[in-house]
Order: sequence, then C-alpha cells, then structure tokens
Amino acid sequence: MANTLIQVKNLSKLYGLNRSEAASMMRAGSDKNTVYQKTGVTAALWDINLEVKQGEIYVLIGLSGSGKSTLLRCFNRLNRPTSGEVLFEGKSLTEMNKKELLEFRRNRISMVFQSFGLMSHRDVLGNVAYGLEVKGVPRAEREEKAMKMIEMVGLSGWEHKSCAQLSGGMRQRVGIARALANDAEVLLMDEPFSALDPLVRREMQFELLSLQRKLKKTIIFVTHDIDEAFKLGDTVSIMRDGRIIQTGTPEEMSTNPADDYVREFIGSADKSKVLTVKNIMMTPACMMRSHDGIELAIREMRANALSSIYVVNDEMQFEGIITIAQAIRAHREHLRPADVMEREIQTTHGDALIADIMPVAAETPFPIAVVDEENRLQGIVTKSSVLTALM
Amino acid sequence: MEWLFNFPFEIKPDLNAIDSAVRGFALWAAPVLDALSGGLIWLVNSIAWLLSHIPWFLLIAGVFFLGWKARKDLKSGLLYAALLFLIGVVGYWDAMITTLSIVLSGVLISLLIGLPVGVILSTSVRLNNLARPILDTMQTMPSFVYLIPALLFFGLGSQSGVIATVIYAVVPVIRLTSLGIRQVDREVVEAAASFGSTRWQSLFKVQIPQAMPTIMAGVNQTLMMAMAMVVTCSMIGARGLGVEVLNAVNRVEMGRGILSGASVVILAVILDRVTQGWFGKEGN
Repeated sequence: MANTLIQVKNLSKLYGLNRSEAASMMRAGSDKNTVYQKTGVTAALWDINLEVKQGEIYVLIGLSGSGKSTLLRCFNRLNRPTSGEVLFEGKSLTEMNKKELLEFRRNRISMVFQSFGLMSHRDVLGNVAYGLEVKGVPRAEREEKAMKMIEMVGLSGWEHKSCAQLSGGMRQRVGIARALANDAEVLLMDEPFSALDPLVRREMQFELLSLQRKLKKTIIFVTHDIDEAFKLGDTVSIMRDGRIIQTGTPEEMSTNPADDYVREFIGSADKSKVLTVKNIMMTPACMMRSHDGIELAIREMRANALSSIYVVNDEMQFEGIITIAQAIRAHREHLRPADVMEREIQTTHGDALIADIMPVAAETPFPIAVVDEENRLQGIVTKSSVLTALM
Repeated sequence: MEWLFNFPFEIKPDLNAIDSAVRGFALWAAPVLDALSGGLIWLVNSIAWLLSHIPWFLLIAGVFFLGWKARKDLKSGLLYAALLFLIGVVGYWDAMITTLSIVLSGVLISLLIGLPVGVILSTSVRLNNLARPILDTMQTMPSFVYLIPALLFFGLGSQSGVIATVIYAVVPVIRLTSLGIRQVDREVVEAAASFGSTRWQSLFKVQIPQAMPTIMAGVNQTLMMAMAMVVTCSMIGARGLGVEVLNAVNRVEMGRGILSGASVVILAVILDRVTQGWFGKEGN
C-alpha cells in the first residue's frame, strides 16, 4: 500500500467575526444555515479529515458552495484554516513560517485553476516558466525546462504566442504545463476542465490520466461533475455544506452510498437516465420523398454507401424505410417506391430518455426514427449511438 | 412667512485666523519651502532648456513620427505635425515650450508621487476607503483654490504652477493605479502566490503588468488634467500659453483669445493622442 502523503486533521474554516460562538454551535451539531443566521459566520469547512496517498488521484466533489475549492486552497495555504491542520509528510502547513511556505509552494506543490489563471502579459513560454522564474532558476535553464513541458502537453510551436490567441483547451494545457514545470510532487486542480466544452473536456481527462501514469504525481482534483470524479478518482470524497459526507473508491461509493444525498449524486452519473434522445440523435444521411422515383433512391444510397433510405412526404412526415434490396427489386419489377417500403419502423420522440428506448434499440433491425408530434422526421438514433452515449 | 425661506442664523468663522495661521506656517516652514521651490524651478528650467535646445523641425518631425507610430496611420502623424507647425506660425512657439515644460514637470512629479501611492492604496481596502474622500476633495475642489496656498508657500512663478498642477492632476493616476491592481483577476494573483512568489514578485511580475492598461489610462488622464491647469496657473505667474489666454481675457481681445486658446487645445490633443496610442499598444 502506498504511503500517506497528506493528512488533514479536524480542519475547519470559518469566515466572520463571531467565530468562537459559531464553532461551539457547530460542535453542538447545528447546520451551516442556522449558524449563519444566528452568528453571521459562514462555516465554509467543518471538521474535515482525510488522507491522500502518494501517487493517487484524490477527487473532492460537491455542488458549488460545498467548500471543495476552499478545502483545496488549504493544501497550499492560499487559505489558512481557522482550526485543525494539514500535514504534508507529517509536517504541519499551518506552522510553516513565511520562508518555509515559499519553499514549499516553489518545490513541493503546484496548482491548476478553473479559469486558467494565466498571465496575459506573458506569452506561453513566460507563463510556463513563471514558477521557475520566481525560484530564481537562470533564464536559459528555465526556458529549456519550460519548452519540455510545453512539448509534453502538445503545444510545441505555440511557445511564443500570447495566451489570448489560444483556445480554452490549449490555455488549460498551458496551465498544466506551468504546474508541471517546477517538478512538484503534488498537483492541486480546481475544476480545471469545467470551463471547457464536453469534447475537449473528455480529451483533457484522458490526457491527464496518461500524464499521471507517466509522471506518478499525486493529484488532488476538485470537480462538480460526478462522471469526471468517477472517471479520474482513485479516492473520491463527496462534500456538502462544508463537510465530507462520504469517502471511498468510486465502486464502494456506488455500491454502498452513505445516504440519500450521495445516492442522488451518484444517481446522476447514470447517463441513460439523464440524456434524452435529442442529445444523441443524428441527421439521416440518406433521405427521399415518397413521390421520388426508385432510381433516385438507389443513386442516393450508392452515393452515401448506405443500405437503406428514409422516406418522407412533402411535409417531412415520416413514411418508412426502403432497403437497397427492396429498391433493386422495385427497379427490376417496375414497382413504385410505396409498394416496397418498410412501414413498420420504431419511432420515438426527442424528449424520450435513452433508458426508455434501450430495449427497443436492442431489438429493432433498423435505426429508430425520431419524430415530433406531427410525425415529422427529426433525426435517427442508431444502436451504436445509444451504446456509445453511455460510455 | 418669511422665516420659512430665510436661513435662521449664521455663524461666520474667523477667516482672518485661518489666513494668518497659513501665513504663519509659510514663514515657519520657509527654509523647506524655499528649497522645494528652488528644486521645482530647476526642474522646470531644465526641461525647458532641454526642449528649447531641440531644433524646431526635429520636434515637429518627432511629433510626426510618434503620431504615425502611435496611431498606425500616416495621416495622423502629418496632421499632428501640421498642427504643431501652426502653433509656431502664429508666434506661440516659445510660449508652447514653456507650457510644455511646466506640464511635463507637473506630470513627472505626479507620477513619482501617484504611482507608489496607488500601489500602496491597492494593498488595503481600509487605506483605500480612507484615501477616497481625500482624493474626491482634491479633484472636486475648484482648482483656483489651490492657487492660494501655492502662491503663499512658493511665491509667484512657474514653481507654484507646478505645485497646483500636481495637487489637481495627481488624483487620476493614484485612483487608476489602485483600481487597476485591485481589479487583476483573483485567480491570476492566486496563481502567482501558489508558485511561491514573494509579495514583491507578485506585485512587479504579475499585478502591475496585468494592471498596466488601467494604470496607463490614469497616466493619460493625469496628463490631460495637467494641461487643463495651464491657463489657471497663469494667474499665479506660470508663464507660457496660459498667460496669453489670461491677457486676452483681461483686455477682451477675441483674436488673441482664439489663437492662444487654440494653441492650448492643439497641444492637448497631440499629447493625448500620442500617449494614448502608445500606451494602448501595451494593453493588448
């Protein structure tokens, strides 16, 4: 079993004037809101205990206001706990003096931010080299190091571009390169991928995992996305109102949720109950109108390399499907398209949950047609798109 | 019903006492004030000496070049050069140089005071709140009022003009420096701290550079306000274009008024555009 690297003991963080009274109320078991109304003190964190092991990805998850970012900032003392301690290799962070703290931040721990925290007056290289610069590493050496990091995150050739010229995903790569540049063993990540669009987010999650495998960093990762938490986390802590409700591996948590709140939170991870057909439907590549000739149908299918074609009337209302075999038969026997059309096609609405159409999708030989109230064709859902959506 | 509309009573403060207290202070602090005064005169004269030893055509060429570079437009450069040429043509070249040296002295001192003060104010909300009414007062007090202590403490001449200019023009650079630094994105400042920056490193490597566009807007405003004091300061013996305007008013000479007034405007426009274009570039 890996060693414990960081330990948090009875950590609390209260904001406001009347902290001692608030603390005794919290000890007596009052909740955050009551304490705030009575004393005007916000209990951002209360009695947090956790252990982070060397080389793991530790995920803190919770809704906004649950205190996860506040807790994250206690690990490098951007926030100073009101009481309790954070131990790094057994040494208390709260007892560090100014100089020790600077050394700690320069060499042991670094951070990645939600909106990237890049310095717009510096180019990519200047940003990545920043941590080394404040450490006093000579220019040539720090730039060489920074270039390596830029290459590692796949931004070679962009080192002299200004950060404003980069896309969101690329900016966060700069943020990650900057955090990796000073060889810290711990990486704090504050919702690093929340500002990115879903496709880029997935890609970055994947890259973070492979980076972590290569570099063996210890990562403390904050997110509000349960899927992200379960995908990345070796250990996950769910937070609510400044407390940790449950800590465990993703498996432990989904098989044995501590309470309804956790169950609900994890429940949202099951995408088939969240995503609707609209999210996954595609435009049919191949379509014809019911009064078009059969030759057109065959030409369309050939051009698109498909074996079936969707038939609609002039109002875009869905009629059925003609397969290539039926189309060729109609061509030979001089039949009209309507004569060979397959009319028994499963249809569904855009608002239907994926969970509900799954049984149908598994059985039907053709993709499911998505229609609106007036039976107009909106799109299609294939078996593979249902399955990949749930990955 | 008259009592409704007439204020019921008045207490006249003893204005004479205030006057004599200020005069007393002026006498008491005379050695310091004289030294300051001498320093200011030296500064103004040095800048004037420098400016007047640049051949006129070089100055015009310089304005052309700066205008062209700053606005990235050949026509602007030509326009500013032509306007400056016009000031010389109507016979105000020397007055313009004098005015420019007073303005530049005022701006220089304003920046030397304003930038550090702005940086200090940015570090503390409480200091900032404390300074706010003072800055508001400095800015809204009718600028003529500054002429009185300036005259009393520093005597008649350009040095008093510089002092009055500084009091009036130092405010925007203080305000905008402080504002600019406080407005730097919280995450960027946190990022600087999280990599182990000292306070100074964070300030000079991150906060001030990030605040540069706002700070430069403050510098530009300070320059404009210094220009605005030029005419006012001529009342306490600051020479230059302001004197011409003042004379025109006293003698009710419309022609002289238009020429000298237009010269002030031209100088202001050139200073504004050149500095704006110049600083704007750094912002991007």
